[in-house]
Amino acid sequence: MDWVAVGLTLKLAALTTLILAIVGLPLAYWLATTRRAWRPVIDAAVAVPLLLPPTVLGFYFLMATGPNTLLGRLHAGVFDGSVPFSFTGVLLASVLYNLPFAVRPFVAGFAAVDRRLVEAARCLGASPPRTFATVVLPLSWPAVLAGLVLAFAHTVGEFGVVLMVGGNIPGVTRTIALAIYDDVQALDYAAAHEASAVLLIFAVSVLAVTYSLQRRVLPL
Amino acid sequence: MIRIGLLAFVTSALLTAGQSPTPGGGGAPTVRVAAAADLNVVLDEVVERLARRQPSIRVETTYGSSGTMHAQLRQRAPYDVYLSADVEYPRDLIARGIGSERDLFTYAIGRIVVWVPRGSTLAIEREGLSALAGASRIAMANPRHAPYGRAAEAALRNAGIWSRVRGNVVLGENVAQAAQFVQSGAADAGIVARSLAMAPAMRGAGRFLEIPEHTHPRLTQGGLILPWAVSREATVRFRDYLLSDEGRQLLASHGFDLSAR
Repeated sequence: MDWVAVGLTLKLAALTTLILAIVGLPLAYWLATTRRAWRPVIDAAVAVPLLLPPTVLGFYFLMATGPNTLLGRLHAGVFDGSVPFSFTGVLLASVLYNLPFAVRPFVAGFAAVDRRLVEAARCLGASPPRTFATVVLPLSWPAVLAGLVLAFAHTVGEFGVVLMVGGNIPGVTRTIALAIYDDVQALDYAAAHEASAVLLIFAVSVLAVTYSLQRRVLPL
Repeated sequence: MIRIGLLAFVTSALLTAGQSPTPGGGGAPTVRVAAAADLNVVLDEVVERLARRQPSIRVETTYGSSGTMHAQLRQRAPYDVYLSADVEYPRDLIARGIGSERDLFTYAIGRIVVWVPRGSTLAIEREGLSALAGASRIAMANPRHAPYGRAAEAALRNAGIWSRVRGNVVLGENVAQAAQFVQSGAADAGIVARSLAMAPAMRGAGRFLEIPEHTHPRLTQGGLILPWAVSREATVRFRDYLLSDEGRQLLASHGFDLSAR
């Protein structure tokens, strides 16, 4: 069992989920409440990774962040080294790729909150952030949790993007999905079976716990 | 969420609709080739020439990593002939009772080169592999399972710089991905197949230096006609063409060395 890869995968998934919570919640709230005409464009941009194969996203990401590109030069000016083949690079790509898996459930949850409650809170003098924290979030948290868990679980299982931009470096970009792929390629099926079984059990447990949590609080 | 579910449903329906029930359909016998990624350019040309010489045969090629195809063939993947980058993979299939020794053949010998983008300041021509000590990212195939990766690692060890550069190595899933890493500029040097370095997409974009053959294990490329080949006769004719003078000449002109007859 490649525990370095397991640790790295969990770190990547946790940080991806954290960033998606920080970036995704405001974005989703804006999408759920705005009436601007170009909202569908942002909606589409968020959802596009659902349709694009991970390899396409990884390929574009690689092309857009190489050392000769604007992004690559900006990054090299601030940090040491290039975006591809670094943990930061994989994390960035992972956040982009998981955007719809977090934001779509968030938007659905926020949109289902009764507008009258939000307006009542505003009329009683609560600021927009306070309204969000004390009215919207408590009413929509099963959806928020679902989004976060989906993003976390999906990052753990992600393969294509990491393969394209990671470079398979142990402890830096070799996630458990890549380690399993390497085991299969090297015909080491015993190791592949072992890691796959752990991943399968993990996935089923995470999803079962999430669904039971949601059911207990908000029977759907 | 309902929308996501609907999307998944529509997608799967579309996917199923796209599958054709029989490969190739009726008429001319089709030879389905599972080929290593380093054959990407040359094999297309082989197929084109063969189509002119023997119009009665149709050839369908699928490129991939030799290891993946080995795993698929163990589960009876529907190919007629397997062209591996390493003769050990088809040998292993035979050891597992798939195919027979008389259907095993070697068709070429792979060579590796060190490749840098055109504007690179790495002096590969003067310093050879030692120039890679100055590279911050070196792309190569994964030595754990890719034959070209094993050769690259051996050559770096032979040059005495493996311990110095190993922290800067990025691994492609196969040699074609390693080439893509360096060709896109994401890595600043790469050890790739000569056949890929000579392909149109890479030839103009950089320069390369050949790595002497005695510095790494020989990359003997082997193939196997599979026992479940639909048209054994057409498959044999495809193999015979690949091993003919004309086929060998094509392989040689695309960067392969020739194996002994």
